[in-house]
Amino acid sequence: MIIAPEAVEPPRRPAPVTAPAAPRRPPGLLVVAAVAAAAAAAIPLVYLVVRAAGGGLEGMLEILTRPRVLEYAANSLGLAAAVTLSALVLGTATAVVLSRLLVPFPRTWLLISSLPLAVPSYLAGYGWLVTLPAINGFVPSWILLTAVTVPYVTLPVAAALRGASGDLEGVARTLGKGPVRAFLVATWPQVRPAAIAGSLLVALYSLSDFGLVAMMRFPTLTWGINQAYAASFDRAQAAVLALLLVVLALLVVVGERSARGQLPRQAARAVAPRTIRRGMLLALLPVVAAAPAVGVAVPLLGLLARLLEAETLRELDVPRLLGAVGATVGVAVGAALLAVLLALPVAALASRYRGRLVSALESVSYLGHALPGIVVGLSLVFFALAVVPALYQSVVVLVFAYAVLFAPKAISTMRAGLGDVPPRLVAVARTLGDSPLRAWWRVTVPLALPSVGIGALLVAIATMKELPATLLLRPTGVSTLATELWNRTVIVEYGAAAPYAAMLVLLAAVPAVILSGVRTVAKEEL
Amino acid sequence: MRSSRSFSLLALAASAALLAGCAATPGTEPAEPTGEPVADGAFTLYSGRDEELIQPLIDLFEEQSGIEVDVRYGNTAELGALLLEEGEATPAQVFLSQDAGALGALSQAGLFATLPDDIADAVPAGFTSTDDSWVGITGRARVVVYDGDELSADDLPDTVAEYVEPEWAGRLGLPPGNASFQSFVTALRVIEGEQAAEEWVEALAGNDLQIFENNTATLTAVNEGTLDVGLINHYYWFRQAAEVGAENMRAQLKFLAAGDAGAIVNVTGAGVLSAAAEDADALEFVRFLVSEEAQTYFVEQTFEYPLLPGVAAPEGLPALDSLVNPALDLSDLDDLSTTQQLLAQYGLI
Repeated sequence: MIIAPEAVEPPRRPAPVTAPAAPRRPPGLLVVAAVAAAAAAAIPLVYLVVRAAGGGLEGMLEILTRPRVLEYAANSLGLAAAVTLSALVLGTATAVVLSRLLVPFPRTWLLISSLPLAVPSYLAGYGWLVTLPAINGFVPSWILLTAVTVPYVTLPVAAALRGASGDLEGVARTLGKGPVRAFLVATWPQVRPAAIAGSLLVALYSLSDFGLVAMMRFPTLTWGINQAYAASFDRAQAAVLALLLVVLALLVVVGERSARGQLPRQAARAVAPRTIRRGMLLALLPVVAAAPAVGVAVPLLGLLARLLEAETLRELDVPRLLGAVGATVGVAVGAALLAVLLALPVAALASRYRGRLVSALESVSYLGHALPGIVVGLSLVFFALAVVPALYQSVVVLVFAYAVLFAPKAISTMRAGLGDVPPRLVAVARTLGDSPLRAWWRVTVPLALPSVGIGALLVAIATMKELPATLLLRPTGVSTLATELWNRTVIVEYGAAAPYAAMLVLLAAVPAVILSGVRTVAKEEL
Repeated sequence: MRSSRSFSLLALAASAALLAGCAATPGTEPAEPTGEPVADGAFTLYSGRDEELIQPLIDLFEEQSGIEVDVRYGNTAELGALLLEEGEATPAQVFLSQDAGALGALSQAGLFATLPDDIADAVPAGFTSTDDSWVGITGRARVVVYDGDELSADDLPDTVAEYVEPEWAGRLGLPPGNASFQSFVTALRVIEGEQAAEEWVEALAGNDLQIFENNTATLTAVNEGTLDVGLINHYYWFRQAAEVGAENMRAQLKFLAAGDAGAIVNVTGAGVLSAAAEDADALEFVRFLVSEEAQTYFVEQTFEYPLLPGVAAPEGLPALDSLVNPALDLSDLDDLSTTQQLLAQYGLI
């Protein structure tokens, strides 16, 4: 079982400072911490195996061979693949336009392109159905999921572009390459890790999403899982379907690892944005505006229209709204902190070391993100009652559930951020007599801090929007904005629901806006 | 930080051991009666019914009885799954359910205490459990909802069998995963026989059926004019009418012929969890739910059928008696798994 992880290939470029050989083995303490974090992430998995086994092998086979289950799995995989591809292309294009071309108000546009993060997918779906009630099936699910997940690609790629050296692209252009070809040859390799890491989050999000596919009546595995709980109270069946989802997620995670590649960092100079013709600028507007328009503007206008025609508009219970805001912010901050703590050892390990143990730990840590909230919620009900019954239905278990669900968002950004810290700087600190831990604290932490911040913000946004696990695990009587919104939409009281929907989007927009401004590793200053 | 990590390792190891333990001892023992009813002036309710509709009733109960109710709201299916997961460790004393299916599942798992006779017998047989493990509270009729701009009630067939004919290809929508729909299919099996039910499901699946996630989505599609007819529960229409005004409703309701499986009545209900068998506060609340006062509240606020004899049904609805099928007992509808196999076989769930 003990497999020595191999150190990453040392940078191909000769390092200006003579660095000691890269450590071949990760520090034991780091491995222990990462194992603990992965164990927390594996709780849902343990639960699913126990529940699926409850149905017996015959029962499992019977479920897996149902024609409908094959269709669910194919739909899940097809949707995730389509959304990931379109988010990758659209997000990269948006980032390039905003970072490399002289567009008016580039910061504002980057801010706008981060806003779809703040809209829960169920709200986006609902807002569209108000406007176009007939839409359903694969295509709208694909378009809407792409719109709400594009910022996962746009923001890291834009950040990477700010740090990437653009001269190469200019060189490629002077050598007669077209703009697209020059981008692919010179710039793409530099933003690829950021783009691929973002795509992983998009893929896992698409696999785990239930709210939108339910609205769009597109039967994926998450739909099947919900039906198994809702209609049959058949936990074994739900668990088998969820395990199938886990297998799909593993394919995605492994695929990402082989696509990620490894990149020697280069010292970067800021590249001056290129000027382009006004006509060209207008032609590029749809690229940049597509996701905010589809994911934010249309749904919110739809909701506004519903609000205006609703007859249930009543006096707003302000203390209640504020209570929900307080609870939402509280759990979001707690979840962000805990998720970052859980993600840190896994990200640190994955950024510097390779090997089967590292791969296994990283993969397991991602799985919580591929599961629908109801599965993770029930697994923690099971876990909390068995291990810490005194904390059951307390905020502690709720925040822990969010961390299990969303730590992968932090792992993916922090892994990139930690990997960007030049090893030779750490080596310098070591030659100056710092212990490894002290060198890590003095060099790595400050340089990687922006990526930690990004991870924390992504977790906070996701926590604010989370519904099913919150309904299961919240302390009795505590309501977040998402549960209050759910409370009012289930009984078709759109008028009463609107203030909560607006407040939720506004609140989640705050970290999203901060996100669009955070710079990754301070490369410009290097 | 390090200690918390070693703690989580320990915790995980402990959980693994416990998991093995839990997995090895399924099933639950009925609670031992402790003799005297206990009352501490408070209890916890898991409500699968919506806060807007239920909380005013709970406020009334708290005011009248002085008993404090901690309510956890959720949807019935999720709370049912939660209660199954919690088992004996549940903090809840009472479960209020949106449908009989969830109550049946929990009853079958042995999670409910037997209710005292005065509660169990308040509701006529046929609308409540047969073993007194839960009590029916309100009734909800299965109806056909249709696009009033395109169709009139006279255009529509009176039996559910006719809605799977080629004429309705691509025009009929429903939520196959919904518990009420599945209860109806079970009723079809009981009333018409397995063969006829299978033929119906096969015809349904082969008729370009429009599948929805729930009743509300089905109703919305009809009301927006994107679907001609749908099969739902009656009160969804009344709720939406209360929201936008009945005169603004494009969707209209048609009740099928009495005795048809498409016109059965489902019930909502409540059960007391086994550990709370002697909890006087919990029992007091369930007793209140089947009182005249609470039943009248349901009639006026949720447009459901009252189950307490003597309380009048909402206006505009056919009498409950006219919908009751003497050939059908609600307890005959507990065989959901065969229904689900049937639906799965034709790719509907």
